[in-house]
Amino acid sequence: MKLVVVSLIGLLFGAGILISGMADPNKVLNFFDILGTWDPSLAFVMGGALVVNLIGYQVMFRLRSKPLIAETFHKTAPTVIDANLVGGAMLFGVGWGIAGFCPGAAIPTLGSGEIAPVIFITALGFGMVAFRLIRPMLPVQEPVA
Amino acid sequence: MPTEFTPLASLIGGGMIGLSATLLMLTIGRTAGATGIMSGALFPASRAEGTWRLAMILGMIAAGPILAILFGVRPNVVPAIGLPQVILGGFVVGVGVSMSSGCTSGHGICGLARFSLRSLVAVLTFMGAGFVTVLLIRHVLGG
Repeated sequence: MKLVVVSLIGLLFGAGILISGMADPNKVLNFFDILGTWDPSLAFVMGGALVVNLIGYQVMFRLRSKPLIAETFHKTAPTVIDANLVGGAMLFGVGWGIAGFCPGAAIPTLGSGEIAPVIFITALGFGMVAFRLIRPMLPVQEPVA
Repeated sequence: MPTEFTPLASLIGGGMIGLSATLLMLTIGRTAGATGIMSGALFPASRAEGTWRLAMILGMIAAGPILAILFGVRPNVVPAIGLPQVILGGFVVGVGVSMSSGCTSGHGICGLARFSLRSLVAVLTFMGAGFVTVLLIRHVLGG
């Protein structure tokens, strides 16, 4: 039951990504290319998603103390702003600007039958494995949330 | 390569993404962050922690074929860049999102919706890095 609900939510997420244009890496790269072939569409994707979820979260957290089919809201994240957060975000932005895919936009493209998304997600997985290998060498260790 | 400005489709699709993030928190109390979902599926802390993430991923993947078959919606997902760039970008994204514990969905859509200062710093940093990277590749290096 729970897994069916979650997969339907995944379906909604994936359909949103595909309809919004976020799944098209050329649109993403053009969003970043203000001086060139600028396409501001992604501001509408992120703005639309944020406004809906911000209202959803804020109303829900005021009205409910727990989720419908689980015991607690898992919303506690580490509050420190450290070198891992900033350095990691910087690396992410660089990789995003190179390839045009971010993780949430790339997963729904796996169902397209094209090879590029499979290659991106595989490389992404290797990057996640690589981080787990170098993590003991970093000053602060935090769980990936 | 120019792409078409699609404010309405982008707003509707974005709203669907936001709604799914709200629903995931409302039903099972979890953050709809693709980084956490993917890394938690790759390295599950327990069987239950792995299975809901796999279900979410399968639903996300199924969206493509379902939209294509039922509605004839087949958006382009093929980058105009070469595969070496896709591989390099993918690897760097993988390291980066793991290090910063989140990406566009986790920090951008979920973190900002709970007014997390940490997520705001992450979003401003990765968006800024994206603009600078594309500027360098397209206008300085001439890629």
